[in-house]
Amino acid sequence: MNRHLISAGDLTRDDALLILDTADELAQISDRPIKKLPTLRGRTVVNLFFEDSTRTRISFEAAAKRLSADVINFSAKGSSVAKGESLKDTALTLEAMGADAVIVRHSASGAPQRLAGWVRGTVVNAGDGSHEHPTQALLDSFTIRRHFGRSASSRAGAPGAASPGSASRVPADGALDGLRVTIVGDVLHSRVARSNVLLLHTLGADVTLVAPPTLLPVAVGSWPCSVSYDFDSALPKSDVVMMLRVQQERMNAAYFPSVREYSRRYGLDAARMAQLPDQAIVMHPGPMNRGVEIAAEVADSARSTIVEQVANGVSVRMAVLYLLLGGAEGES
Amino acid sequence: MPAVNHGPGHPGLASSPAPAPASDSPPASSPAPASRKVVLEPEEIRRALTRIAHEILERTDGGAGTVLLGIPTRGVPLAQRLAERIEQVEGRPIPHGSLDITMYRDDLRLRPARALGRTEVPAGGIDGAIVVLVDDVLYSGRTVRAALDALNDLGRPRSVQLAVLIDRGHRELPVRPDYVGKNLPTSKQEVVRVMLTEVDGADAVLLGRADSEGRE
Repeated sequence: MNRHLISAGDLTRDDALLILDTADELAQISDRPIKKLPTLRGRTVVNLFFEDSTRTRISFEAAAKRLSADVINFSAKGSSVAKGESLKDTALTLEAMGADAVIVRHSASGAPQRLAGWVRGTVVNAGDGSHEHPTQALLDSFTIRRHFGRSASSRAGAPGAASPGSASRVPADGALDGLRVTIVGDVLHSRVARSNVLLLHTLGADVTLVAPPTLLPVAVGSWPCSVSYDFDSALPKSDVVMMLRVQQERMNAAYFPSVREYSRRYGLDAARMAQLPDQAIVMHPGPMNRGVEIAAEVADSARSTIVEQVANGVSVRMAVLYLLLGGAEGES
Repeated sequence: MPAVNHGPGHPGLASSPAPAPASDSPPASSPAPASRKVVLEPEEIRRALTRIAHEILERTDGGAGTVLLGIPTRGVPLAQRLAERIEQVEGRPIPHGSLDITMYRDDLRLRPARALGRTEVPAGGIDGAIVVLVDDVLYSGRTVRAALDALNDLGRPRSVQLAVLIDRGHRELPVRPDYVGKNLPTSKQEVVRVMLTEVDGADAVLLGRADSEGRE
């Protein structure tokens, strides 16, 4: 694995499984009275957020603090960025302050890649433009794995055996081989979709993108997944349905006639949810537009893993920080 | 004790071409090469564990309020075996589990990040219990120090004791075992390798030269 985490596509299957297995062990920490490990004592982690974020920033902050790292939060508002300081100068400032890791979110695709060339520390991409959001993909795979009984703990608990209904499909290493994941909505603007397609493919899942033609990237044909314009026909063939947020703030043109029409064709409501197989789960990376891409009754249903995804985010980000910063590798 | 006694940590994120650790894929290279000497046979391991089980029962008043915690990798099956023997003698089960100490090690920054082991504390927890830590080899004492830190974050035991299959000396910290399977005088250039059926496919304790391991 690289020193940085910029793209989900940089992770090999072994890298990804190591992160997920590590996250499995770290998830236990949240059930303990003392939710703290001494592992990153004396290390400094900077949260460098040029774009608004609630759950990702808090999640990274909680993860770093549970590993005893010192956390410096930086948001573009109220900083010298508002006075026109460039990304590079900001980076050099952080460097001078001795940041061991920089968690960066930026509206420009590729910003973390540039940053990685300027700082000595580890760079973790927390979302860049409409490019990638690798830790979100990792926490989504982690959530899927737990639900389909493929995490380390469930494998250890029942060696050889398997969760009901999927006996023949469970691989020994805890990957997602054979699971059918349907990602629905604004793929064009979604860094979550891109990272998920890459990681899910690495882990062996079959991914189908469903979106109106206007909301698919031009080069989607080169992605390792299939594409459909018809949500209803994809539903019965889905173990996982991942709904994407319609990113109004990135839309500077009319991509669909009206929100109502989008919702009617590509929104997940109770009637559509009933078409899913029994064991299927519904995911959403948040923040949700209730009533647009997902109906409130679906978001609050038992099949929804949305709250769980947030909780898993902390464990997965702890695993990423530990594996990138915990050993000798980061010092070279 | 240093990692070398545990056999390999996983190579983890290191993109080094090093082959997978032998412990995960047993026999291939494990059966003692010429440079290694067998110091404990399976039968001797069995007897040592039976004796330790009886000593634990004596020292803990029949195992009342006692919890066995094995330190991964090979402490865990050892704790399991001790628990089975104690149950055979006393006729009631004794709580046992595992305690991973990776995140508490003092040498984390000297090597690439390694994969974590499993921590499983029995349902009753460890507050007020007599915790017996179980490991395969006692060497520098650093693993035990890390284990004490890890215990501290899990609860407050009434007392903590230490059981090891092999004590090879060369302590770097003030740590002493309560139960020892075998005292094995070694030089620092030697490597002690404990093999257990559950992990390595066979029971044995081997003594070899460090250079044959390429580590330490």
